[in-house]
Amino acid sequence: MSEVLVTMEGIEKSFPGVHALADCRFDLRAGEVHALVGENGAGKSTLMKVLAGVYSRDAGQVFFKGRPVDIPNPRAAQDLGISMIHQELNLMPHLTVAQNIFIGREPRGALKFLLDEKDTNLKTRELLDTLHLKLNPRARVSSLSVAKQQMVEIAKALSLNAEVLIMDEPTAALTEGEIQELFRIIRQLRTKGVGIVYISHRLEELKQISDRITVMRDGRYIDTVPTPEATIDQIISMMVGRTIYEASPEIPDNGHADVMLEVRNLNRGRALHDISFSLKRGEIVGFAGLMGAGRTEVARAIFGADPIDSGEIYVAGKRVRIKGPSDAVRHGIGYLSEDRKRYGLTLGMDVEENIVLAAFNRFLNWLGFVDRARTRATAERLVEMLSIKTPSIQQKAKNLSGGNQQKLVIAKWLTADTHILIFDEPTRGIDVGAKSEIYKLLNELARQGKSIIMISSELPEVLRMSHRIIVMCEGRITGTLDAADATQEKIMQYATQRGGILSADEPASS
Amino acid sequence: MEISAVPSQRSWYRILLHSDATRRLLAFAALIILVVGFTLASDNFFRYNNIVGILLATSVNGILALGVTFVIITGGIDLSIGTVMAFSGVMTAVIITDWELPIAFGIAGGILTGALAGFINGVLIARMRVPPFIATLGMLYVAKGLALIFSDLRPIYFSNAPGFRNIVMGSVVGRVVPEYDIPNAVLILFGAAIVAGLLLAKSVLGRYTFAMGSNEEATRLSGVNVTVWKTAVYTLCGAFAGLGGVVMAARLNSAQPALGQGYELDAIAAVVIGGTSLSGGEGTITGTIIGAFVMSVLTNGLRILSVPQEWQMVVTGTILVLAVYMDIIRRRA
Repeated sequence: MSEVLVTMEGIEKSFPGVHALADCRFDLRAGEVHALVGENGAGKSTLMKVLAGVYSRDAGQVFFKGRPVDIPNPRAAQDLGISMIHQELNLMPHLTVAQNIFIGREPRGALKFLLDEKDTNLKTRELLDTLHLKLNPRARVSSLSVAKQQMVEIAKALSLNAEVLIMDEPTAALTEGEIQELFRIIRQLRTKGVGIVYISHRLEELKQISDRITVMRDGRYIDTVPTPEATIDQIISMMVGRTIYEASPEIPDNGHADVMLEVRNLNRGRALHDISFSLKRGEIVGFAGLMGAGRTEVARAIFGADPIDSGEIYVAGKRVRIKGPSDAVRHGIGYLSEDRKRYGLTLGMDVEENIVLAAFNRFLNWLGFVDRARTRATAERLVEMLSIKTPSIQQKAKNLSGGNQQKLVIAKWLTADTHILIFDEPTRGIDVGAKSEIYKLLNELARQGKSIIMISSELPEVLRMSHRIIVMCEGRITGTLDAADATQEKIMQYATQRGGILSADEPASS
Repeated sequence: MEISAVPSQRSWYRILLHSDATRRLLAFAALIILVVGFTLASDNFFRYNNIVGILLATSVNGILALGVTFVIITGGIDLSIGTVMAFSGVMTAVIITDWELPIAFGIAGGILTGALAGFINGVLIARMRVPPFIATLGMLYVAKGLALIFSDLRPIYFSNAPGFRNIVMGSVVGRVVPEYDIPNAVLILFGAAIVAGLLLAKSVLGRYTFAMGSNEEATRLSGVNVTVWKTAVYTLCGAFAGLGGVVMAARLNSAQPALGQGYELDAIAAVVIGGTSLSGGEGTITGTIIGAFVMSVLTNGLRILSVPQEWQMVVTGTILVLAVYMDIIRRRA
């Protein structure tokens, strides 16, 4: 058996009001991928942040290659050869790839305070070559896709001669092809003897990539199992402490339902070309496609968040002009951003205030003051209806878990009396248990007659939820599939249908 | 055919507006347009004496703007540089006239006074986590008060040190080429600009200045000691304010304790016109220098055209907002 790199024992960590880690343990060997799974709030990230020196532990011991170590800060972890790639990527968008990789230990010039930019770029080039990555060291990080930014983080970790690499949800923002590319690199590192901790919500991936799986729940260690011996169902039940039944897609017969939203020939710069589609009452339409295919841009254009160059939007058969989000809300359209924390919620405000925020003027009395009795009643009703887990409606939104924050955003839009809801990656960063609750909720909303657009990068999710699937590639709709005959392969085929742009933009030869 | 031609033109226009080089060119073009415009409008504008006047008038504001460029790139702000400049000038005068120490000590003392004020700003902001706006607003008042206290509420004249004024107002260039007696203040400005440019673009300090402004938490997690480097940036800004104070005192041949408040806003305006983003992560020294010249060309040109001072302010304010708005459009394109 290969060398044990890291052993953590009896780790304890408390934050004000939360016992985040209780008697946790973990171990990592050289040349293995050790997956760490658990629901949101299970303590996976916290435990790894203790190892990476971001948090200090309250009690317990950490051994690195058999000797006890103290890791007071990220620098100390780096010096030991422990690097962590955080869920929110930690890059400086204004700096170049090379500048990001060598931040804090830049090659210096003849005078010690001057930088040797040439050497920085050269070293970066060599590093990227060993990983077989096609990246320009001089490219600004802000110009790169999320997947490439992640590669930059990996390259940075490796340039620190990392023997332990912790990846927190590395695939959350990646598409299928990009994930395979990431796995290729992970396998390459594994053969070099790097120990990799892989935190993920996507259990299907663990089967592909990991050697062992450790499950955590509620800040406690549950069990460690070799991957080949574990089934996904087994892992899920360890994670949630209960069994979850995968529901098969239920497609209602809505052939005769009214068309609630119709979009005709929407164009916006280079982002959107001739987008036309319709959405019926009670229908869930899935938008599939690769990162950057223009799905979010469609949503933003309909919602009025970005200006359009041309195109028409009809709500319930009537032409509407949407100049901004407030127009969209007036016409009953709600948009639930993929970035809940930034665009969906006011984190510092409480549950009640968030729920009534988008429909504030409906809660004013004749003097223009907020009618607290009514806002409270509404908030309580919705918390109950969507089973949002919160100690009280006075709890601040930032203290809720990811799944409950998502429900809170839904509650907000329901209060605003919307009947067309656009969900952008509704389950991103949400744990398995909460995911199926969100799915149930979406189905329930559709049954009540809401029309739903669901943008998702997870194909199983698209296939499971959608009544109809629209596939986009490079700003165009390349295909529409009925749920009955949609498969992952068909979706991917449409999603990679590039090159359409050239032939369409080519001026007629006449 | 026509339909397909429109988007391609559009994208050209986008590419043109988007590149970094064009952005600097834009600010420079604005400066050229102003100079050409004033030259056409008045015979008195493009004359040797007037151009030297503009250069001289830019020296103090330019030096202040250089320092605050670093602070703004980190995403911070320094409102204290105006009064710190005044306080530094007073300290220079106290050292030279009251303590009767050599001029070199006075100059060093002035710069060190500024650096010390900047260091205190830095410690307040980086270590004690006081918001930059508040910390430097506090320093604005403190420095203003100290300037008045140390000067006994009166201007201090350098009557015992006639050489002091010459350091800034004399002309090394004039000694070599008698017909071009460009005052040393201008050389000091350009010298300071070269040092600042070198620090920002090539030094470790410059790299961390951009890094902190781009993503401070990421910089910290990369093992960079953000507290130390941020303090260094504010100290540097204070040192430039100190140098500004020395140049100002020499130009006036006196330390004016009450003169200074308002200079910080002129400096910040110059930085912003020069294309540095107030949200941090972006900016250049060339831009700041161009921005400072836009400000003084505007003031000078409007005065020559006999535009009343109150209208000069209206025009300057409009240009400032317009410059930033152009930059916003450019980013959006």
